[in-house]
Amino acid sequence: MAAPVQELHEEPRVVLSARGLSKSFGAFAAVRDVDLDIHHARVHALIGPNGAGKTTVFNLLTKFLQPTAGSITLLGTDITKTAPDKVARMGLVRSFQISAVFPHLTVLDNVRVALQRPNGLATQFWLPTSSLDRLNARADELIENVGLKRERDAIAADLSYGRKRVLEIATTLALDPKVLLLDEPMAGMGQEDIGTVSSIIREVAKTRAVLMVEHNLSVVADICHHVTVLQRGEILAEGDYAAVSEDERVRLAYMGTEDA
Amino acid sequence: MSHVAHSTTTTTARTERSATASKAYAAFLGIGLVLLIVAPLFFYPIFLMKLLCFALFACAFNLLLGYTGLLSFGHATFFGGAAYFTAHVTKEWGVTPEIGILIGVAGAAALGLIMGFFAIRRQGIYFAMITLALSQMFFFFCLQAEFTHGEDGIQSVPRGHLFGFIDLNDTTSMYYFVLAVFLIGMIVIWRFINSPFGMILKSIRENEQRAISLGYSVARYKLGAFVMSAALAGLAGGTKALVFQFATLTDVGWQMSGEVILMTLLGGIGTLIGPVFGAGLVVTLQNYLATSQFPVTIITGVVFMVCVLLFRRGIIGEFYASRLGRKLGFEHRR
Repeated sequence: MAAPVQELHEEPRVVLSARGLSKSFGAFAAVRDVDLDIHHARVHALIGPNGAGKTTVFNLLTKFLQPTAGSITLLGTDITKTAPDKVARMGLVRSFQISAVFPHLTVLDNVRVALQRPNGLATQFWLPTSSLDRLNARADELIENVGLKRERDAIAADLSYGRKRVLEIATTLALDPKVLLLDEPMAGMGQEDIGTVSSIIREVAKTRAVLMVEHNLSVVADICHHVTVLQRGEILAEGDYAAVSEDERVRLAYMGTEDA
Repeated sequence: MSHVAHSTTTTTARTERSATASKAYAAFLGIGLVLLIVAPLFFYPIFLMKLLCFALFACAFNLLLGYTGLLSFGHATFFGGAAYFTAHVTKEWGVTPEIGILIGVAGAAALGLIMGFFAIRRQGIYFAMITLALSQMFFFFCLQAEFTHGEDGIQSVPRGHLFGFIDLNDTTSMYYFVLAVFLIGMIVIWRFINSPFGMILKSIRENEQRAISLGYSVARYKLGAFVMSAALAGLAGGTKALVFQFATLTDVGWQMSGEVILMTLLGGIGTLIGPVFGAGLVVTLQNYLATSQFPVTIITGVVFMVCVLLFRRGIIGEFYASRLGRKLGFEHRR
């Protein structure tokens, strides 16, 4: 008989891991020998100075780039040679550094596009667009959860930068991913949106793993359980925020004068 | 909050304007349909049928260029290929015209699947070059193959009896048959664009990387659009073979692939009816210039240059973007 207490506090298990991950562009080694373990129900931050290889690591993990060496395992399956769309269907979904919405679609349509495939409504070329209306209930729920209800019928391109990022998170969550990779979700956001997105991330991380690249260290300190610091493509330090921010090498390389 | 208020007002205004646009659009379509029905009273029917075939061909091509973002330089393969298939089966096997056209469509779709399979993962100029190379191979196949009769082409193709009892040798019957084929083709295109599949195509065109990250195998969706475009180009080509009662090498040559690009650009890429106008203009020009002293290719070349330099959106595209078009709410209609 399982103890109910244990079910509530799920044991943080590894869902995505990389071993010896490396990527070279010609002679330039962008990422060198990186080991990462992303846990279920944990927020993991990837930080480091510009050009440290954070986005390259993201591209490697989501298979948008093929690693030169190393292996990646997602939920027990080796995905080192899997295509990026297949990886997404397996439950590893990413966001992009520059906002990735469908600019000329409405907010509602943006979310519905994400819902179409999991609901088996993506290949019907003989049905009218109105057949997608049965996705509206779920789409509205997602839109409401991220606070975009009033902008539901606006064209995505007309939204402010921060609202676009929020929309992108809503479309990502529409896939109900098991592992969520967020590339600088707070970049360019106002304080108000940062608060909203922080609480969304905290909420979604209760039932899935989150890996995020973030420059805003107060956000990292606030919501991340685990921090990995990258420098020149290599791991410089690892641990919880307190431990990492005390590390002399990290202070020297990244935090500079900003006292944590 | 000001940005919310702003987006709400623009949303309302846009909804109102797109309602006006739908009404205006329906009115234009109604007028167009009436004009097409009475047209044979005023114009030479063979000319009108040629125009309808090329209009459908250009719309099929636009399904790929305008709605999928792929520039194919090999669409003559599907147009001319279907013309050969339809001509062959109606003449040699004696099938009825509608079956002949359907076989042409199926043949074009099969060719589209083959060409698409090799080309679809390439982008931009590489995609165009692969389609051109494959269509040149098909051209030489048609030049050498037995059933196409080489330089002579397939001549005196019987129009036959539609469903076995409507005599298509009667020009009026033939015209309305071609008009019906054209309208069916247009309805298929319209439905294709405004469907769940069309929605995914649109999202791929807007942001391919994002579509991949949402788990879509974009190559498959593009291939689907490519085959659909090829099949519809085949519908136009097979019908044309029955109108003129022959199928020749002209229809599979690279010039034909170029001509359909010109028609689409002239009319307006990514507009549903733009290519109809583009095809109308090009076919009319060719028809009038054929009997004059002017060399056709130079004139169409000049028209093409003027279009690229002065109205890049094409005739219908410029109209939608114009003050009148915006007033009628057409600017988002793509």
